[in-house]
Amino acid sequence: MIRVDHLTKSFGEIKAVRDVSFEVGMGEIFAFLGPNGAGKTTTIKMLTTLLRPTSGKIEIDGLDPAHQQNEVRKRFGIVFQDPSLDDELTALENLDLHGALYEVPRKMRIERSESLLKLFELWDRRNDPVKQFSGGMRRRLEIARSLLHTPKIIFLDEPTLGLDPQTRNQLWAQVKKLNEEERVTVFLTTHYMEEADRVAHRIAVIDHGAIVAQGTPAELKQQTNTQTLEEAFLALTGSSIREEGADSNQSLRNMAQMWRKKR
Amino acid sequence: MMTIYVLWLRQVKRYLRSKPRIIASLGQPLLYLLSFGFGFGAIFAKAGQGNYIQFLAPGMIGMTILFTSIFSGIELMFDRQFGFLKEMLVAPQPRLLLMIGRTLGGATTAIFQGVIVIVVCMIAGFRPTNMAGIPIAFCYMVLIAVMFTALGTAIACSLTDMQGFQMVMNFLVMPIYFLSGALFPLTNIPAVMKFFASIDPLSYGVDGIRGALIGLSHFGGLVDFAVLSALTLLFLAIGARQFSRIEA
Repeated sequence: MIRVDHLTKSFGEIKAVRDVSFEVGMGEIFAFLGPNGAGKTTTIKMLTTLLRPTSGKIEIDGLDPAHQQNEVRKRFGIVFQDPSLDDELTALENLDLHGALYEVPRKMRIERSESLLKLFELWDRRNDPVKQFSGGMRRRLEIARSLLHTPKIIFLDEPTLGLDPQTRNQLWAQVKKLNEEERVTVFLTTHYMEEADRVAHRIAVIDHGAIVAQGTPAELKQQTNTQTLEEAFLALTGSSIREEGADSNQSLRNMAQMWRKKR
Repeated sequence: MMTIYVLWLRQVKRYLRSKPRIIASLGQPLLYLLSFGFGFGAIFAKAGQGNYIQFLAPGMIGMTILFTSIFSGIELMFDRQFGFLKEMLVAPQPRLLLMIGRTLGGATTAIFQGVIVIVVCMIAGFRPTNMAGIPIAFCYMVLIAVMFTALGTAIACSLTDMQGFQMVMNFLVMPIYFLSGALFPLTNIPAVMKFFASIDPLSYGVDGIRGALIGLSHFGGLVDFAVLSALTLLFLAIGARQFSRIEA
């Protein structure tokens, strides 16, 4: 379903992703783990047509994201690391807008919105504006939205960041259910190792832009001679803390938050 | 077509739902109308120029559309901030259609505001001398609304923070407004001012509306229409180009 061959991305001098290769099979849940700034999000951006690779090859369902952008875009759904809903619109309106952009026929849009909102337990709140939603509800709505056009793959970039354990558990249970029922391929990143251990069929660990290990959770633990995935992860990536420069979007967001508080 | 429509609808819905914004954006033209319209009215009449409210009203309409549409365009920056931009960027649609839908939606809200201001001006004593000119004035309103929304969008594509927004307000929007002849007649002003007014897109918009509503035109309706149409197309092209280059 996803095939990545010697993928490299440089921003000027900095090599954010270097010579990365991996494959994700159809219907698989694949976790992409790594410390902050390891190159996870950059890789996802290249897989999802938002960035062009410097070199190397990507295939999504047999297509090249750099050249067949719109064809590739129809085949995946994505939940970004940061929220991407329209706060002023209601849950249903957000889904409907998405459906229209993905050219889902009207009848199917309505049916699928209903079943997904019910699955993610948001049906009762369908006509409330998203700005009244909690963090967990927004996340669920985003996942529901990413599935609306029945994609073959969904990308989940740290979907559980900042959620309480109850919400996290429920969210993964729903993702697993979808994976089994609709055979949708899941590509996820997370910082919670026990989640990856529980949910993922296979894992790749990336550090400093390069893949340092790949395999099932059990294989990784065996390789590193450790008991838990967290220990395995630390053994593979070391325990030094990574510094990540705040990007301009981050500072913009901080400013917006300050501004909103002042009002 | 569907893409343009849904993004247009989104802008209009957002506008209709933020009542405070509608009211707040009416405060400014109202203040100008009161302070300038009634404050300078007597002097204007003494100088032999007639009724100042009559003269000022088309300027207020132009100003309202300018502010609202530039702001709608710049709102793209908020979309970036609150993340919705990414949803648009991964959608399997040509960026050009996304940009057009968004721009037309923003322009529509600006036209709404303009219509409200016409009504406010009429309450304050403005009377169009030529009723047949109203549809023509409306065409000019549409042109300035689309033109400035596209300009705002083009600018927002390269802005990454709020300070940039302040810069745009102080060094672009305010000069466009003050130098446009919205507040004063363009005859008998110094050559430098005349030059600035002649390169200011809003001058042609206000002049066109004024010509249509009260039969007073500096450049002539044809010139106004030609300049505005050309600039609208130009800004749309620039906006579309900038928008298609955004990387998430």
